[in-house]
Amino acid sequence: MSKNWPLWEIFVRSKNGLEHRHFGSLHASDAEMALENARDVYTRRSEGVSIWVVKSSNVTASNPEHNGELFEPAQDKVYRHPTFYDLPDEVKHM
Amino acid sequence: MSNEQIKNLEEIFEARIARDEKIEPKDWMPEKYRKTHIRQMSQHAHSEIVGMLPEGNWISRAPSLRRKAALLAKVQDEAGHGLYLYSACETLGISRNELYEQLHSGKAKYSSIFNYPTVTWADMGAVGWLVDGAAIINQVPLCNTSFGPYARAMVRVCKEESFHQRQGFEIMHKLCNGSQEQKDMAQDALNRWWWPSLMMLGPTDAESIHTEQSMKWKLKRKSNDDLRQQFIDQTVPQADILGLTIPDPDLKFNEETGSYDFGEINWDEFWQVVKGHGPCNKQRMKARVSAWENGEWVRDAAMAHADKKEARKLKEAI
Repeated sequence: MSKNWPLWEIFVRSKNGLEHRHFGSLHASDAEMALENARDVYTRRSEGVSIWVVKSSNVTASNPEHNGELFEPAQDKVYRHPTFYDLPDEVKHM
Repeated sequence: MSNEQIKNLEEIFEARIARDEKIEPKDWMPEKYRKTHIRQMSQHAHSEIVGMLPEGNWISRAPSLRRKAALLAKVQDEAGHGLYLYSACETLGISRNELYEQLHSGKAKYSSIFNYPTVTWADMGAVGWLVDGAAIINQVPLCNTSFGPYARAMVRVCKEESFHQRQGFEIMHKLCNGSQEQKDMAQDALNRWWWPSLMMLGPTDAESIHTEQSMKWKLKRKSNDDLRQQFIDQTVPQADILGLTIPDPDLKFNEETGSYDFGEINWDEFWQVVKGHGPCNKQRMKARVSAWENGEWVRDAAMAHADKKEARKLKEAI
């Protein structure tokens, strides 16, 4: 039984926001305390309407050293972008 | 990894920084970069936490509810700033326990300015106006520093810091437009905080050992002396508005440079305070060490409670 408080990553969605964004981290003894601490330290100026707390040990991150191979599949698929397609100038609403 | 491989990685790394790319925690980085950032970010964080003490001193004696609420909010912010910085620092592979151990043992430093006492209410004005003013000058350029978590923490900090300086200046302004006694108190606070605030911007460029490497890594964009000059040039007109006299007989506007010439800084005092012989060094350390040691039972109880709750939940699920 560890006496050290675990580390939690904090994600907050703002009033006008579409998604939760990573705001930082904090230590707390459990999820409930993590939420309350996150409210205290990351939303003092009404920055958010929703908070997610995730134990840092539960976050799996991609390895930037493998970015080349990991993201390679998309690199030669320009046809996923609208600019790839030729349309006559007269066409509207497209 | 061979020396040649490391050299190659270092070149790629330096090129990324030169292109203003952000370095993130899991990116390869030279060991020196990691160590330098741990040092600077942790000392920055320690400064915020220790910085709560001189102002916390006056919360119970603020002259009005407005002043009390504002001061309380400022001190809360400093705690928050400490957290942002510790969080960012911990991404480099060091635990909070280790960071506290470094602070409490004296291995890590904090900004020397916080080793001065706050002896009157006017000190709250001087500290907010001058100390936060100097801090802002240091911190704004850091919003573009190369290490991602540090830059993002600084953006948050800078947003909150501007109320701190306004709060301090408002206190000074009120005092300077009050009774003669209040005006004298404000002048006295300025007299005591002016020179230490100048020292906050760090030793002169010639004496600053970390500057060259820090510039390369965008940890520092302007030299200490340049920042100091910037601070003086922006603050002197503010003192004029307050009707206060800066305690420097050599202070004089230089028409040619468009800047203020100023007197000799007593660097002996600076080094003495940095080495631990300032008026409040021992007191500050005692407060931090006591808070950590006396809080141990609370931390342990919270974990025991969390573990019990978890065990109960599991039992009920079964």
